[in-house]
Amino acid sequence: MQVSVTVNGQNQSHDVEPRTLLVHFLRDACGLTGTNVGCDTSSCGACTIHIDGESVKSCTVLAAQADGAAVTTIEGLAAADGTLHPMQQAFHENHGLQCGYCTPGMVMASISLLDENPHPTDQEIRIGLEGNLCRCTGYHNIVKSVLAAAGASS
Amino acid sequence: MTMTEDVVATPFIGSRRLRREDPALLTGEAKYTDDIAAVGALHLAVLRSPHAHARIVSIDVSGALAIPGVVAAYTGEDLASQWAGPMPCAWPVTAEMHNPAHYPLASGKVAYVGDGVVAVLAANHVASRDALDAIVVEYDVLPAVIDLEDALSDRVVIHESAGTNRSYIWELHPQGKDTVDAVFNAAAHTVKERYIQQRLIPAAMEPRAVLAMPQPFGGDYTLYTSTQVPHILKIMAALTVGIPEHLLRVVAPSVGGGFGSKLNVYAEELLCLALARKHRCAVRWVEERTEAAVATIQGRGQIQDIELAADADGKVQAVRVHILGDMGAYLQLVTPGVPLLGAFLYAGVYDVPNFSFVCESVFTTMTPTDAYRGAGRPEATYAIERAMDALAAKLGVDPAELRKQNMIQKDQFPYTAMTGLTYDSGDHVKVLEQAQALVGYEALRADQAARRAAGSTKHLGIGVSSYFEMCGLAPSRVLASLNYSAGGWEAATVRVLPTNKIQVVTGATPHGQGHETSWSMIVADRLGVSPDDVDVLHSDTALSPLGLDTYGSRSLVVGGVAITMACDKVIDKARKIAAHQLECSEDDLEFVNGTFSVRGSADKSMPLAGIAFAAFTAHNLPDGMEPNLEAHTTYDPPNFSWPFGTHICVVEIDEETGFTSVLKYVAIDDCGNQINPLIVEGQVHGGIIQGLAQALFEDAVYDTDGNLKSGSFAEYLVPSAADVPGLTLGHSVTPSPTNPLGVKGVGEAGTIGAAPAVMNAIVDALSPFGITDITMPASPNRVWAAIQNARK
Repeated sequence: MQVSVTVNGQNQSHDVEPRTLLVHFLRDACGLTGTNVGCDTSSCGACTIHIDGESVKSCTVLAAQADGAAVTTIEGLAAADGTLHPMQQAFHENHGLQCGYCTPGMVMASISLLDENPHPTDQEIRIGLEGNLCRCTGYHNIVKSVLAAAGASS
Repeated sequence: MTMTEDVVATPFIGSRRLRREDPALLTGEAKYTDDIAAVGALHLAVLRSPHAHARIVSIDVSGALAIPGVVAAYTGEDLASQWAGPMPCAWPVTAEMHNPAHYPLASGKVAYVGDGVVAVLAANHVASRDALDAIVVEYDVLPAVIDLEDALSDRVVIHESAGTNRSYIWELHPQGKDTVDAVFNAAAHTVKERYIQQRLIPAAMEPRAVLAMPQPFGGDYTLYTSTQVPHILKIMAALTVGIPEHLLRVVAPSVGGGFGSKLNVYAEELLCLALARKHRCAVRWVEERTEAAVATIQGRGQIQDIELAADADGKVQAVRVHILGDMGAYLQLVTPGVPLLGAFLYAGVYDVPNFSFVCESVFTTMTPTDAYRGAGRPEATYAIERAMDALAAKLGVDPAELRKQNMIQKDQFPYTAMTGLTYDSGDHVKVLEQAQALVGYEALRADQAARRAAGSTKHLGIGVSSYFEMCGLAPSRVLASLNYSAGGWEAATVRVLPTNKIQVVTGATPHGQGHETSWSMIVADRLGVSPDDVDVLHSDTALSPLGLDTYGSRSLVVGGVAITMACDKVIDKARKIAAHQLECSEDDLEFVNGTFSVRGSADKSMPLAGIAFAAFTAHNLPDGMEPNLEAHTTYDPPNFSWPFGTHICVVEIDEETGFTSVLKYVAIDDCGNQINPLIVEGQVHGGIIQGLAQALFEDAVYDTDGNLKSGSFAEYLVPSAADVPGLTLGHSVTPSPTNPLGVKGVGEAGTIGAAPAVMNAIVDALSPFGITDITMPASPNRVWAAIQNARK
């Protein structure tokens, strides 16, 4: 079936099997491999993206369900000149990533978290990111990164 | 060269320099193995055994072959001719060790749930997965063996060729068994404890992935794989698949964490290579998470019996240990050696004169075990640190005070332990006192006493854990004495290009540790250049032909030191060129901030940039000198390094629910000199949470039929941010005297220190109930049940 999605501002129209998950549409059909797959039970959040501005685990959505929607992936965050999004910058400055595999999903989820709660507490960040797993950082510097990004935007 | 002048003011070593690795990872540009495009690649899927132990009666793949897109389906017998040797084990710990041959696909018999049975190749991933459901395998199911003592009884023998489930017995009695027994018989106080190290699933966030590509010309192969060990893998894959080693290139692209689980040679890597050869096209495989739970090695899996003998004053005189180790169904790359890596640490940081250690390891019908963050050392530290608390309880003394009394004192270093190993440097009492001050130990004990006096149902527990991390693997001769099949050196090349840009080639292979950043800082300081002018090449055997990769907290202590020594060789050669061109003696030259100057005559100088260009043009070099400015080093460390520290965990347990809240966690770690404190802290944070997760959450649970019951992230509780506390870190710096950087390594420290700190806190909290142990993980259910049981 034909699925058309606006991904990072560009129209992506591809013929895919009806059972294709959005994450596979992005990775395989669009060639946007920044969105990672870390599990098969929608537990890890590595594939988190934005659909119409809200964070969604892209393994929980069929590509067909996103037909006509506007999707933002990690590739769509930085400015055209390479300037990092403030959340990306905050993760960089606070060592909020190590191996980087959970990072795209973690950054997307964190942006969404601040959209909903611009000035979260440490604990609100921890609860807000409950759906995203990281094995490297112990979360300490991820929380610090999100706090820094929140501070920078205030 | 203003850049060089900038360096004058700021040595880079010791600064919190942000990681150069980050931008690609933060923008999605980084390529992990499954991100690499390969037009026309076939997709491999592996049908796995649903039984823990069974004979394969028949396999019918016809249904799979009928699915559009499916190219081939192979059984173990079909591929038998592909292998030049069985799956490798590099650590035959004893000459008598049983190591039953096993191959990438099982033939005749399966020995764990997840054992590979059929390999399917298809034009796309979906067809390869659909094909698995269409294969019919008939099994004759045999009894599972999941209990270690049951395995040792040989009630059911898993490998007929071995005739027993015991793989090996390894003993270490430096003072003689009888001597240690006599110390125990005469001791004023003894404790005897049994601890269970549950099996853990490493769960690196990137599941494994492989892409094998035959090159169009020349008959050689490139293997992209999510591995920690491309160099070791190249040798082993060459030997097992029968591809001549010089025709095989192994590349580890961005690797999404490893924690030891990617320190291996896996069936799927060998299958992809063999099938790429057979089908003359690229073959790729990507692991699914629930597949990873059984197809990637697991960690830990031990029953630990530890005894301490102390004199009347509480001074420990002897430690006696018996380990029953769970190897799983087969021996993987270093499976049998993991308990031995801990063998030398069962007396912990204490000045103990007598030691006796026995490890028996058995096969079970479960996923093979192997190295998982710390590999033997967290297990050892757990046992001794729990036992020290048990001894403190028996003596009625404060556990921190008992530790101080028994610790190796600062002035005893370098300290030759009763095992014969020499500990390089340390100041254990200081870091323990630092941790006590940071956590507010006295006030917490007062709070605990007040709560108990008031009959509070919220029980406060304080857990101390002091550790040694034996790391920097490893002096090659020591490895030889442990029967390890390789050395422990690391290789480095430093190359000054004609424009004074530096290429560094390292055999260490990062997977999240930030080697590029740290290595560039080391080279920048040594050569007086900017880190931005230093490129670090790694993880590709074509670029970095020599190396022994990353595990055991070895990268900096061995690989980083190798780079330092290569820099020094470059400086030595550059000095000769400078002396020649400045017409002075080499002895008159000093090298500061990237420039050679004649002492006493400031106008006579030559920057490295000029020397690099002179070395490139070779117009005016000393007679007989080869052109270009580069140096290679292979560094074999003279000793292990011995990082150390103390962690203190404070918990509150609600007796009504059994729920444990971690109120505070402080850690003082001493890894010697720190190259980049930002990265050091990150390693400690992650390590602590992994150790804390063993104590509180994680458990690879098998039922009696050998089925893994916690095989997905829905059941296997890798903690989220909401489940864990923030951490309070301090640090101490005691340089190692055995290497020029004074570094010790830090990759596993957090994991080693954390589990005993958390469990000691939990047992401390529950001590009013008379509870002396909770089996990890200390889930609310287990804690609550223990309280109920204690009240009966």
